[in-house]
Amino acid sequence: MSEATATAPSVTAPAVRVTRSRRSTLWAAIGALVVIAVLAYLPYVVYSGTTSLMVDFFILLIMASMWNLLAGYAGLVSVGQQAFIGLGSYFVLIGGLNKIDPFLGLPLAALASGVVGLIVWWLLSRLRSGYFAIATWVIASICYLVVIRFAVLGGGTGEGLSGLPSVSSTLLDAYIYWVALGVTVIVLLGVYVLLRGRLGLVLTALRDDETGARSVGVRATRAQLLVFVVAAIGCGAAGGLEIISQPFVQPNAAFSVQWTAEMIFACLIGGIGTIEGPIVGTIVFFALQQWLSNYGTWYFIVLGAVAITVAIWAPRGLWGTFSERFGVRLFPVGYWLWPAGQLNRPGLSRLPFPRRPGDTKPGT
Amino acid sequence: MIWVNDIVQGVLLGGLYALFACGLSLLFGVMKVINLAHGDLAIVAGYLAVGVIAVTHIPAVWSFIIVVPLFAVLGYLIQRTLIQASLNRGVLTTLLVTFGLSVVIENALQQFFSANSRSLNIGSLVSDSFSIGSHITIAYLDLAIFVVAVIVLLGLQYLLTSSRQGRLIRAVADDREAAQLAGADYRHVFGIAAAIAFATVALAGIAYGMYTSFDPSSGTTALLLLFAFEAVVIGGLGSLWGTLVGGILLGVVQQLGGQVNSNDQLLAGQLLFLLVLLVLPQGITSFSFFRRTA
Repeated sequence: MSEATATAPSVTAPAVRVTRSRRSTLWAAIGALVVIAVLAYLPYVVYSGTTSLMVDFFILLIMASMWNLLAGYAGLVSVGQQAFIGLGSYFVLIGGLNKIDPFLGLPLAALASGVVGLIVWWLLSRLRSGYFAIATWVIASICYLVVIRFAVLGGGTGEGLSGLPSVSSTLLDAYIYWVALGVTVIVLLGVYVLLRGRLGLVLTALRDDETGARSVGVRATRAQLLVFVVAAIGCGAAGGLEIISQPFVQPNAAFSVQWTAEMIFACLIGGIGTIEGPIVGTIVFFALQQWLSNYGTWYFIVLGAVAITVAIWAPRGLWGTFSERFGVRLFPVGYWLWPAGQLNRPGLSRLPFPRRPGDTKPGT
Repeated sequence: MIWVNDIVQGVLLGGLYALFACGLSLLFGVMKVINLAHGDLAIVAGYLAVGVIAVTHIPAVWSFIIVVPLFAVLGYLIQRTLIQASLNRGVLTTLLVTFGLSVVIENALQQFFSANSRSLNIGSLVSDSFSIGSHITIAYLDLAIFVVAVIVLLGLQYLLTSSRQGRLIRAVADDREAAQLAGADYRHVFGIAAAIAFATVALAGIAYGMYTSFDPSSGTTALLLLFAFEAVVIGGLGSLWGTLVGGILLGVVQQLGGQVNSNDQLLAGQLLFLLVLLVLPQGITSFSFFRRTA
């Protein structure tokens, strides 16, 4: 028995190559740099109406990426992320009231949201799936109820943000745009680096077999804590960008569950569990929003219906389906397995794709 | 003495919360689905009642005779299609789908009925009341809603413990595979459970429409889902009477909080929920005093 296992590998060991990136990744990196450069140049060539629309796009993209991290990678379905959006806005407002430049207040507000996220996690860490979802909603409601008690923050009606640099409105819009672009790049890059590293491995192990992963010593709770706090920081930054771009805050809007609806829909449509998914989803979301904006609330009805359909019948979303079909990954966080003899094309069914309960496909 | 009146009002309000909660509790208990569209569905029932009254001219109080059966059928259909399909994908998908449903319902109501608020006109019943002593005033409507809640809970208790259908539901909830081996079609049983849950949601929605005015976004802004969920958690999952206790506690704490400062009414309830979550995560009824058969 022992002889057989000792000798077998040396005879039949296949020349399997494991690589992280493919050529598409290199092109993606070059493409991303070009896109960022073009986007950074945009304020010089378009009107500020377009750039402020792009700021909304960036805000949604940040939120969708954060929600993707939560639900797509850590299995935490939060419907209370509006808590951190609202808090991010109000932290920037508090900074502005204390003569802190809003652009400096933005990172501080994001960090403060992260601290709140840490406290919230301590309260919620024992809860799972549905319990966790509604409890996050309760937390958002509490944040709203606490914030409107402070008359100095505008109470229930809201407050304007003061202290923005006194430059021409065109230049100010350009500043806001560049800051939003910068935050978006940092967030996407941060998610990529996080998932490429140890955390990504831990989360993948948990997703594929939680009991098994825990039994070999994977620290599940610590990974989820990290993800939750990162998402709180990201959503806090999105909220901070929101108030800076307005520049005022209304508690009803800032703590509206609509934020969460938007990030969930963008995520689902684009493809949950991939980094590219929220980007694709946000683009689709925005296109639909612009296209249907003259039809009142219809765009939300359509988006909701599409999101439900995708969640049930195409759970990998647009990007996941495309990526699975063609083997393209722009942000490789997994590994490619190249079986012996097939040097040009990896076995598509062996790709380390997200597996979900109910998927019957073998070998994933 | 004003505190006594507040407590009485809180208890009665708790009846409404318990009525909201039992549908949520049933769906979670049987198929582990938390229906995030729960509050919006109750508002749909309210609008349905408005429509039924406008068409048939029956008194608002009797609108439930038509709305409740309609909602039971709707519940069965939604369970057999959307919820079952998402259940096959996993618990995470049921959350996403019911959340999407909630958003679609809210915006569709807004599209078709405008954002104006409505209420179910029940004439003088909405304000009629009687007094006990000089401080306690009880509105007939509040008392009626509380009584309905108790009757519904009693009915559910009887249904689940004593009827054949209820035994099937409990069997499937306990062990789906074993129940299937014994010949139960779990999908149908889930559908029946959802029909019952939706019927109670319809009752709760109509009661709410009589209690106060509502608009398309009431499902989320009036926090109906949250109150229902909090009643379930405070009371302890899996115990119908615990749900009533949880609803009453929530109602009383909200009333007392409102007495301190009218802004604190909601906050007091939410903080009670957090406190219970931290100290007694199994709910109040896990206290040895309450501990009997669940």
